[in-house]
Amino acid sequence: MKIHEYQAKEILRSYGVQIPRGRVAEATEEAFLIAREIGAKKIVVKAQIHAGGRGKGGGVKVVSTPEEAEKAAGEILGMRLVTHQTGPEGRIVRKVLIEEGVEIKEELYLGVVVDRSKACPVMMASREGGVEIEKMAEETPEKIVKEWIDPLTGFKPFHANKMGYGLGLEPAQVGKMRVFFAGLYRAFWEKDCLLAEINPLVLTKSGDFVALDAKMNFDDNGLYRHKEIAALRDLNEEAPLEIEASKHNLNYVKLDGNVGCMVNGAGLAMATMDIIKVVGAEPANFLDVGGGATADMVRHGFKILISDPGVKAIFINIFGGFLRCDTLATGVTEAVRDTKVNVPVVVRLEGTNVAEGKRILKESGFHFTVAAGMKEGAEKVAEALRSSKQ
Amino acid sequence: MSILVDEHTRVVVQGITGNEGMFHARQMVDYGTRVIAGVTPGKGGQQIDGIPIFNTVALAVQETGANASAIFVPPAFAADAILEAADTGVPTIVCLTEGIPTLDMVTVKKVLKEKRLKLIGPNTPGVISPGKCKVGVMAAYIHKPGPIGIMSRSGTLTYEVVDQLTQKGVGQSTCVGIGGDQIIGLNFVDLLEMFEKDPGTEAMVMIGEIGGTAEEEAAEFIRRNVRKPVVAFIAGLTAPPGRRVGHAGAIIAGGRGTAREKMEALGKAGVKVVRNPALIGEEVIPLLGKV
Repeated sequence: MKIHEYQAKEILRSYGVQIPRGRVAEATEEAFLIAREIGAKKIVVKAQIHAGGRGKGGGVKVVSTPEEAEKAAGEILGMRLVTHQTGPEGRIVRKVLIEEGVEIKEELYLGVVVDRSKACPVMMASREGGVEIEKMAEETPEKIVKEWIDPLTGFKPFHANKMGYGLGLEPAQVGKMRVFFAGLYRAFWEKDCLLAEINPLVLTKSGDFVALDAKMNFDDNGLYRHKEIAALRDLNEEAPLEIEASKHNLNYVKLDGNVGCMVNGAGLAMATMDIIKVVGAEPANFLDVGGGATADMVRHGFKILISDPGVKAIFINIFGGFLRCDTLATGVTEAVRDTKVNVPVVVRLEGTNVAEGKRILKESGFHFTVAAGMKEGAEKVAEALRSSKQ
Repeated sequence: MSILVDEHTRVVVQGITGNEGMFHARQMVDYGTRVIAGVTPGKGGQQIDGIPIFNTVALAVQETGANASAIFVPPAFAADAILEAADTGVPTIVCLTEGIPTLDMVTVKKVLKEKRLKLIGPNTPGVISPGKCKVGVMAAYIHKPGPIGIMSRSGTLTYEVVDQLTQKGVGQSTCVGIGGDQIIGLNFVDLLEMFEKDPGTEAMVMIGEIGGTAEEEAAEFIRRNVRKPVVAFIAGLTAPPGRRVGHAGAIIAGGRGTAREKMEALGKAGVKVVRNPALIGEEVIPLLGKV
C-alpha cells in the first residue's frame, strides 16, 4: 500500500527525522493560513498524489507570500497532474502540502528496501540525491553506499558510522545523520514497509539535514497489525474497478487490451495473459479469483470484467484444485443472467468437479464456447475477436 | 528416486484441527503419506482419524519421530509456527500459508539458514513425489511417477504442466512449489542441485515468473553445474511494471525482474525457454534421455 508524502513525513517525524515545517491543505484559504503561520520568505506548495515526477508535471510551486501560496494552491488543487508514473490519464490533485522552503547546499539519497536474494533489509545512500535510485544503480553504482542489516540485531550505531563515513561526510555531519539512518530503518521495520525512502535528503546552507521528500510503501500482509497505517489508504488514488474487486477479495489489475481474463491462481493468470498475446490479442486485465472463491465472488469478478468498455471477448481459464469447477460455473451463469453480455465468452475448465461445471454452463441457456485446453481456449478467443470485427 | 520427500517421510501437521489442516491431512493420508502426528496448542491428547495430537511440535517429534512438518496455520501465526518447527530440528518444513508479512520471513529465513534446515514455501502448494508421498494441497490425481523434476513459483501453472505431461504418459520424479512470496526457503538453485544429483530425474522443468532475480541466479548455476536438460517458462511477459500481479513476489520493481531479462539469461545458459505455456510439456519430452 502506498501513502502520500505528507503522511510519510509525519511518520518519519515521529521517529526523530527532521522535516520542513508545514501542513497539508485541501482548500486555498487553508493554504493561505498555513503559509502565514509558517511565516517564511520561501514557501513551497506541493501536489499530493501517489506518483513521482510531480515537479516536472507542474505540481510543485515555490512562492514567497501567503497570498501567492493561496494562488498557487488554487492552480494545483483540482488539476489533472500527468507525470511519467501516472500514465496519460494523470491524477486529480485533491491535497497540497504547504511547507517552508529550505536553502539547499547538497541533495542526498537515503532508502531502505528488502533485498530478496540476500533475504534481509538493505540501506542505501548516495551523495547524489534527487534522482531515482534505479537510475543511479544503473549508471553510477559505485556512488551508492550499501549496508545489509541483520534482522536479529537490527540497526546498530556501527551501521550509521559505516554509512556516514562511507558517504565521505565530516564527523559532525555523521553525528547529525545518525537519527536519519536509525529513524528511517526503525520506521521501515516497525511499520512493515517494503520501501522507505528520503529523497532528496537535503544538507542546508546552514549545515543541517532535512527530509525534503519521503516515500513509504507498506506490505499489505502486515497491515493487519498496523490499523493506523491501513487508515491512510486513499481510495482516490486507485482505479474504480480495482477498488470494486478488492471489496470482493479479488485480485484484479486493469490493463489496456481487449480480452478480459478470469483465472484461478496468479501464475496461471499471468500465463493466460501471455498466451493471449501469443495468439495475437491483448489482455485487458489480470484477474485471479483465487483458490477459495465462492460463486458470489466469481459473479462479481465477471461483472467487473464486462464493465470494462475495452473488453471485446472473455477468456475464463480454470484449473480447479481448491476452486471447484461447479462453483465457477454457477457464479458465471448467475452473472450472465444478471447482466447483458454481448461479447463472446470462451471457457476452459479442468480439474475438480469438471463434468458438473460443464453441465451447469450448458444448461444456462447462454452460448459459451467451451475449449479443451489452454491453447485451444486462446485460439478460440482470437477467432471470436476476428469474426466479431468482420 | 525423488527429492525432499518419499516413502520414508514422516509428517507432523501443524494446525491439524483447523479446516484446511484437517482436510488436507486426510487428503495426504489418502495419498499414502505417513501423517504420524498433529499439533494444535491446547488440544494435546486428542486424535483425528487415529492421528495423535500434541500441544507442541517438540512433543510430537519426541513421541513420533517425525522428520517433516506441514504448516497450515493462519498468516499472523505462521512465522512462529515455522520457528517452532525449526527449533526442534525437523529437517524439512513445508509452509502452505499465504499472506505472511515479508519482514517476519526475513527473520525466519535467517534462523533457518543458521540451523541449515530446508523450508519449502511459504505460499506454496507444497511438494509431491508421485506414488510415494505428498506434503501439500495439490490435486494428487493428475500426477504420475516418472523422470521429470518440476520446480515452480506458481501452483495452478504447475498443475497445468503436470497435466500436460501426464496426458502424454510422462510422469514426474518430484514436483516442488517454491512459493510465490518475496522471501522463500528453498530456491531454484537449491532444487536444481538436488534434481541434478537425483538418479530418478532425467530432465527438469522450471516455472518462473516476473520479480526478483531467482531465475537469473538459476541461469548462472545451470551454466556452471547442470548437465541434465532444463526447460523453462517465465510467466508475466505481458505484466505491467510497478504493479504487483497476485503473488507478493511478482512485481517488476525499478525496471528489473522482467520476463524478458529472465528468458534471455536462461537462454544463454543453454536452457530451452518456452514462450507458449500450453507447450511446456511437449517441449520437455523429446529431451528425455539426452544427458
